[in-house]
Amino acid sequence: MKTYKNILVLVVLFSVAFSWAQQTPASVQKEAITIEGATAHLGNGTIIENSLIMFEEGALTFVGDAKMKIARKGKKINGTGKHIYPGFIAPTKALGLIEINAVRASKDEDEIGEFIPHVRSLIAYNAESKVVESMRPNGVLLAQITPQGGDISGTSSIVQLDAWNWEDAAVKVDDGIHLHWPSSYKFNRRGEDRGYKPNDTYQKTIAKITSFLQDSKAYGETVSKEENSPFKAMQGLYSGSQKLYIYADGEKEIIDAITLAENEGIKSIVLVGGYEAYKITDFLKQHNIPVLVQATHNRPKFEDEDYDLPYKLPKLLTDAGLLVGIQNAESENFQTRNLPFYAGQVAGQGLDKERALSLITRNTAKILGIDNMYGTLEVGKSATLFISEGDALDMRTNQLINAFIDGREISLETHQTELWKRYMNKYENE
Amino acid sequence: MKQRLLFLILLMASSSLLKAQDYFPESKGVKSNNHNYTAFTNAKIYITPTTIIESGTLLIKDGKVVTAAAQVTLPKNTVIINAENKTIYPSFIDVYSDFGVTTPKRTGGRGRSAQYDATRDGFYWNDHIMPETDAVDVFEYDSKKAKELLEAGFGTVNTHLQDGIARGTGVLVTLNENGTNADRILNDRSAQYFSFTKSVIKTQSYPSSLMGTTALLRQFYHDADWYAKGNIDITDRSLEALNNNKALVQIFDASSKSNVLRADKIGDAFGIQYTILGGGDEYEMVSAIKATNAKLILPLNFPDAYDVSDPFSETFISLSDMRHWNQAPANPKILADNGIIFSFTLNSLKQTKEFKEKLTEAIERGLSKTRALEALTTVPAQILGQSNRIGALQKGMEANFIITSGDYFDKETILYENWVQGKKNLIKTANTNDIRGEYTITANSKVFNLSIKGSADNPKATIKQDSTTLDSKFKFENNWLNMSFSDHSSETYRFSSLITSNTDVFTGKVVTISGEDSFKAKKIAPFENKEQKDKTEKPTEIVPVTYPNIGYGNLELPKQETILFKNATVWTSEDQGILTHTDVLVKDGKIAKIGKDLSAGRAKVIDATGKHLTAGIIDEHSHIAALSINESGHNSSAEVTMEDVVDPDDISIYYALGGGVTSLQLLHGSANPIGGRSAILKLKWGETAENMIYDNSPKFIKFALGENVKQSNWGSTNRFPQTRMGVEQVFINYFQRAKEYGEKKKSGTPYRYDEEMETLLEILNGERFISCHSYVQSEINMLMKVAEKFDFKINTFTHILEGYKVADKMAEHGVGAATFSDWWAYKFEVNDAIPYNAAIMQQQGITVAINSDDQEMIRRLNQEAGKTVKYGGMTELEAWKMVTINPAKLLHLDERVGSIKKGKDADLVLWNDNPMSIYAKAEKTLIEGVVYFDSEKDKLQRESIKKERSKLINLMLQEKSKGKKTQKPTGKRKEEMTCESL
Repeated sequence: MKTYKNILVLVVLFSVAFSWAQQTPASVQKEAITIEGATAHLGNGTIIENSLIMFEEGALTFVGDAKMKIARKGKKINGTGKHIYPGFIAPTKALGLIEINAVRASKDEDEIGEFIPHVRSLIAYNAESKVVESMRPNGVLLAQITPQGGDISGTSSIVQLDAWNWEDAAVKVDDGIHLHWPSSYKFNRRGEDRGYKPNDTYQKTIAKITSFLQDSKAYGETVSKEENSPFKAMQGLYSGSQKLYIYADGEKEIIDAITLAENEGIKSIVLVGGYEAYKITDFLKQHNIPVLVQATHNRPKFEDEDYDLPYKLPKLLTDAGLLVGIQNAESENFQTRNLPFYAGQVAGQGLDKERALSLITRNTAKILGIDNMYGTLEVGKSATLFISEGDALDMRTNQLINAFIDGREISLETHQTELWKRYMNKYENE
Repeated sequence: MKQRLLFLILLMASSSLLKAQDYFPESKGVKSNNHNYTAFTNAKIYITPTTIIESGTLLIKDGKVVTAAAQVTLPKNTVIINAENKTIYPSFIDVYSDFGVTTPKRTGGRGRSAQYDATRDGFYWNDHIMPETDAVDVFEYDSKKAKELLEAGFGTVNTHLQDGIARGTGVLVTLNENGTNADRILNDRSAQYFSFTKSVIKTQSYPSSLMGTTALLRQFYHDADWYAKGNIDITDRSLEALNNNKALVQIFDASSKSNVLRADKIGDAFGIQYTILGGGDEYEMVSAIKATNAKLILPLNFPDAYDVSDPFSETFISLSDMRHWNQAPANPKILADNGIIFSFTLNSLKQTKEFKEKLTEAIERGLSKTRALEALTTVPAQILGQSNRIGALQKGMEANFIITSGDYFDKETILYENWVQGKKNLIKTANTNDIRGEYTITANSKVFNLSIKGSADNPKATIKQDSTTLDSKFKFENNWLNMSFSDHSSETYRFSSLITSNTDVFTGKVVTISGEDSFKAKKIAPFENKEQKDKTEKPTEIVPVTYPNIGYGNLELPKQETILFKNATVWTSEDQGILTHTDVLVKDGKIAKIGKDLSAGRAKVIDATGKHLTAGIIDEHSHIAALSINESGHNSSAEVTMEDVVDPDDISIYYALGGGVTSLQLLHGSANPIGGRSAILKLKWGETAENMIYDNSPKFIKFALGENVKQSNWGSTNRFPQTRMGVEQVFINYFQRAKEYGEKKKSGTPYRYDEEMETLLEILNGERFISCHSYVQSEINMLMKVAEKFDFKINTFTHILEGYKVADKMAEHGVGAATFSDWWAYKFEVNDAIPYNAAIMQQQGITVAINSDDQEMIRRLNQEAGKTVKYGGMTELEAWKMVTINPAKLLHLDERVGSIKKGKDADLVLWNDNPMSIYAKAEKTLIEGVVYFDSEKDKLQRESIKKERSKLINLMLQEKSKGKKTQKPTGKRKEEMTCESL
């Protein structure tokens, strides 16, 4: 059992320089870095107990056993007793689009309009958000910045979380379009009995989506004299350069949505939510649909369901052979730093810990289409990783020592750690 | 007033057998009153549901019953009606009706800004209190509605204006179609009415919650008493009316099982026994309902089956809703079996004509016909104190009765006539002849075979030519037979015949294409009453009720056990820290022994090798298991208490147990600076609200600061305070007033009892503790200074996200802290919230707890405690105290719960791993030695839920295929309550 003495913490704490503004982004990797002796969790299910990891110019040059007789390059970090992980990836979030939920002036996540694929998140992404920087001390280093609301809420982009501006942050620009599928039942209005009833406009909304997809596809077949921005923004879905993220939870809704999207010629589909996906895993497998499943920190939606259904849902889908990542689209932004603990919770339900780790690393990278660079510790891929004192999926031991994005060693300080130190200092000196 | 006078005259007149109208001038003709007798002979007569004459005579005169007996000597001026084979019942009474009194409708278009003050002068300070309303003033006889009611067998209704919390008086009227209101009104102040629902036409904010409503009613009674004693100078017509109507029957619209208990509790506090309108779900907690001793008025609005033909739709129908469909019709039977006295009401039935169908359902589920009749006749009469006038057919009572073809409760039985105050209302004409049988008809030189079957009153016919059946129309009504058909050669026939006596031959007119002719029908064989195969369907299986009555309820309440946990890793939350390989013995609900190798004796042994045993988790700040959270109608609501709105059926309780939580403080929300009193609960799943509340509970109240109380994020901005500056003044003003109130009380002079001031006085006297919702440092400091000024201490700052900035001042004041582990950024005032908060405060010597304020997070408070290890480097031992002994200390419960110590309550959790590990699961959760959550039992319940769902779904599909009415699938969904839930 690991316990931390307060004194030790204080020593660590005051040895770090104070600064009160946002963290300064790290500059590009100038010298090679070698980490030796740590337990490396590669993100692909493999674990190397006594590992040797080297990276240079932002890319991993060696991932293997420390017994390997090979020259250790550059700055050396002793990783003995520590753990190394690929940076965690948070999909479908409005990070950097909302600073304070209750302050309207600080919100940029939800534009007016029902079908607005032309609305792009990237240019509104605040790289200097205090909420964004608070992700990093927990190991969340990448995120898909996603517009919210509407039927088609807009186009997302994928960013890394240590940048001067949105342009520098971008990892994959305009990667996907987000479609919120209607529900076949709806919640009663205020004043009615609290509950659900069939949604009479379900079919009508589907009809609207259908014609939007058909029209945008037909638009792309010719060169139009008059540009139609929404239709134009959809073209990547038909060519396969962009993915369609469909948010649906019910069994029926999932089947309706995927059937329609495939019929309309959309090449790459990701299911987001998937609360009842475990009931139709055969269908999803058959159609080769990956799932970004809702985070584990949820209650069952219905009274008669297993109390631990949300905890084990990612496991049920993984066990069925689907490609599964975890998202927390419905939670507030600050919660996204709990991403590792969502995955840890699944391991508590009996999923192998390394496979649980894949739910927020390799699998998500694959689903988002950034697995050529991110999500696992493999030679040639980006050196986006961190060193933790212990098991990073458990909150007691998720204690980051160093973190790197594209080989750049980033600050693990935040607005919050600075306040902590400032007030600890006040009490120490009084 | 006029009506009251009239009523008195009526009352006097009725005893002299004179019609009241006798003293009215007659200008339309000559005076010609009818004082003849009318006798119904040879009938089966229900004088009361239990006094039955198999064959006798009912004699009436001047609208009253003269006598009903087997042998009656009839005076010479008697009109005799032969009622052979017919049955006479007293007509039905509805105690809870809106007949002739229009219930107001909600008007749209409310302003954005809330209305906090009353709109009226000379009345009580709250617009929803309207006891001065007298329904008789607005009563208008509604002939159309009366016809519906008469057809359903009703003769008398007790009606009132169904709007508001105190609703004034009702009026008891007969459905006398032929008379005037002078005849109809039996009592113009028949009862005084109350409900938990605000007026739909008044917009005053207070009370915005159920607990506000109960508090308002209590204060209203206190004030009425104060008024009655002459202590209020002004005229308050509401208080006056309440006092004037004290002697009447007091009827409370509760409309649900838990509200029945709530209403009764208010009554008990003021020596009032209400008659209570139930919700139809009383069967779910019948013993608590019985203990109220209240007479109930029961609705018959049993739900229709859900249409589950689309399998996708069943997901969101909960087992509890399916059960309610299955069980609700048994509500009357179950209550009757438990000796609870009730009447029925048509209230909340969609249509009056559903009445008999629903009543029949209740009887099919086992309600005795006698009880059913009583619930429609003698019981309502008794409730209204009118047993000598209505509800039976005894001498001198109103001649209100129905005549039927037989047992009223048989499906086929026809209601012929409904007599009200001696006046007949024809519902359906009785045929005097039984024409059933096999006939040959000769017409147009052709021979047809006519077969008349069915019931004598409603015969059905088939016509055959040769042996093929012809399409035909047939009707036999008022002894006229009408029939038409086309024969093989497409010739049409229309028959008509008046059949006045039982005969084997009847003749009449037939019209064909060739003109008019006469026809003759000859009986060739008598009707054979083929003993119809007992078509009564197999009675629907009723699934058992659980506690609470939802999927994860208990068939039987779990019992206290003697248990020995063997070889556990025991987290004591005491100075001993963690004890490895240790046994813990639980006996009589307490922790009896802690040690190595304890002998089991008779205890059930649980092998805890490799497992961790901890004290149950305590949540200082929760809003689960509540029906409402905020009384936002005033900036102080110290008069309300969460104990009034505990919802023991909330599945969140079960989820919390599954996360190892055993106790919580159910706090009022943060909508106002001075909130309401807390309910401190043990999560005894399946027990009543009363049994979940701690015995001898410490007294707490919620206060709040900052954005919520300033209404920063609301639409409305017209309630004081709107700034932190104003918040301070609210506190100072209320505490000053409470102090002055206390001084007056102490002085011995009479004082107006004020629940709000009483509560605040408890705070000043150190008997009640404040748990204050707080975020930024300025306001935290302010409240401590206000408290110091009034010489008391704040007990707890809850949330307290900037506590770390003033931790030294807090330590000095001696206040504790219950905080979130890592929440921030959701509003402006939490911008400086940091997850290191708990650790910093703890290091400054403050007692710190981690709270949830969230129905999801309450399931993982063990993990939230674990976060304090990450943020701030707390040791695991200290971290674990954040959710056990520390919250117990904050709640003044540390002598009873919060740690594993000999003599303390056996509120324990067995974990499969280190309790703060992300991988840990609670396997068993005990409260006072009773296992309320068991992961093994949970697995079995999953299976039984599946089975029961599929059984009920099948039954519902059968209903649908039988052609019965169904409803669209709907599901209930509990609101996710937080501090800000309005």
